Amino acid sequence: MYIYLPIAEVSVNAFVLLGLGGLVGVLSGMFGVGGGFLMTPLLFFIGIPPAVAVATEANQIVASSFSGVLAHVKRQTVDFKMGLVLLVGGLVGAAIGVVIFNYLKSMGQVDLLVKLCYVAFLGIVGTLMFIESLNAIRRSKKISTVSKRRDRSWVHALPFKMRFRTSGLYISVIPPVLVGLFVGILAAIMGVGGGFVMVPAMIYILGMPTKVVVGTSLFQIIFVTGFTTLLHATTNYTVDMALAVLLLIGGVFGAQIGARIGVYLKAEQLRILLALMVMAVCAKLALDLLIMPSELYNIGAAGGH
Amino acid sequence: MFLRSLVLLALMALPLKAEEVVLGMSSDTISITTNFDGSELLIFGAVKREEPIQSTDPLEVIIAVQGPKEPLMIRRKEKKFGIWVNADAVEIDLAPSFYAISTSGPFSEILSDIEDLRYKISVPRAIRSVGAPMTVVDSQSFTEALIRIRSNNGLYQLNENSVSVDQQTLFRTAISLPANLTEGDYFTRIFLTRGGKVVSSFEAELDVRKVGLEKFLFNLSRQQPLVYGIMSLAIAIIAGWGASAIFQVFRRQ
Repeated sequence: MYIYLPIAEVSVNAFVLLGLGGLVGVLSGMFGVGGGFLMTPLLFFIGIPPAVAVATEANQIVASSFSGVLAHVKRQTVDFKMGLVLLVGGLVGAAIGVVIFNYLKSMGQVDLLVKLCYVAFLGIVGTLMFIESLNAIRRSKKISTVSKRRDRSWVHALPFKMRFRTSGLYISVIPPVLVGLFVGILAAIMGVGGGFVMVPAMIYILGMPTKVVVGTSLFQIIFVTGFTTLLHATTNYTVDMALAVLLLIGGVFGAQIGARIGVYLKAEQLRILLALMVMAVCAKLALDLLIMPSELYNIGAAGGH
Repeated sequence: MFLRSLVLLALMALPLKAEEVVLGMSSDTISITTNFDGSELLIFGAVKREEPIQSTDPLEVIIAVQGPKEPLMIRRKEKKFGIWVNADAVEIDLAPSFYAISTSGPFSEILSDIEDLRYKISVPRAIRSVGAPMTVVDSQSFTEALIRIRSNNGLYQLNENSVSVDQQTLFRTAISLPANLTEGDYFTRIFLTRGGKVVSSFEAELDVRKVGLEKFLFNLSRQQPLVYGIMSLAIAIIAGWGASAIFQVFRRQ
């Protein structure tokens, strides 16, 4: 069944969109990532114009994250206080990100920079997570004791300390605000929720327990992507509601299923799977840049540079 | 496909010509609905003449359907520092978003190059490119790339021998409009040729418009972007909450 998308102005198979939404939704619920880094390239691939794909994806992430976060709220694995602190940084970061994005656009080559951002961040985050979780699995096999908490002296030394009961932390608010800010900038530039950077940052920099990280990340992503959706809708007119609805119907159900699958997996397994997925997407994007494309030319709207 | 409500348009033909076109089209508006997946446009007509045929050359028909023109930027990738990046760019002044030519014979045989230049019928002639920057030496290849890409998408078509002409009087053809059609003012041009020369031409308009939900959403996104954005978010939140609620019911059972 084909559906003509009013903003994207292309006709696509509705079932393909539902399927993509569902698949990415499952991953979203499992790992607490919005899935944008996966969905946006997939939408390019089925012929949605990039600008529409990025903006609509932000809208769809709101839905799948909301669905996912409700499942986590039930299991009390959301640290709302930490989420709000991250959000303060996140919103400021998103606004800065949009400014940077528009500046890069005026200089041209924005596509390339976005892609390089993807390759760099997905590559670094994926590899680090993979190595770390592999070590964690090895450790837990050798001596079946919980690994000792890492030394976070610099985080503890900062002022403005706050108690985050759900996470069992008593740390300064500065690192979470900075993490939120940084992820917000990335999210706006790359057109993603930023969960794939947020999740490891929460684990390795803030030292939050993995189970809480997923729900808290989703909670924060809802607001950052909601803000991004509004910005795109009002400035670029590129949010396609029909596309978003199809993606989110699949996405919200997928997220529910994913959140339940997540319960049955160990934290290390969850992390190693996420790492592998992040690395796979990174490799695909890197290959696209390295291998000679079959069509060297591309058509764009005039007026840009 | 569902637009075959054959509305015959007996349009006024131009006077002072030995041979004139009387045209009919299956529809003078194409409605883009939610389940639009392309359409077929039937174009048919007759040649009206006051006196008997004098020329010995057979009558040939060329039909060109053209979408709204827009300026474009064509970029070419180049390998720099080991990766493929956009390098040279050529601006195309005006290129139609859709262009389909149907002919009753081989294009180059039924239309001379000079006549093509005058009426701008062939695809490369229909695209207007003013000039490339000095740094680009092969600007022609950019125009060729545009035609190649759009031809692959079914947006530019050259269908030779697809117009059937009966007894030098009746002609008809079917043009397939692809699913990725954009809205705008389209127009159809019909040329009658003899011996490579255009003996008569005719133009008719064709409206391609979004209707219903498509139109509503598109207009809302342009006229009330904030309302549209908030509506999108509301749908997202409701869908997210709804799915969660449904799953809870399932789990309780």
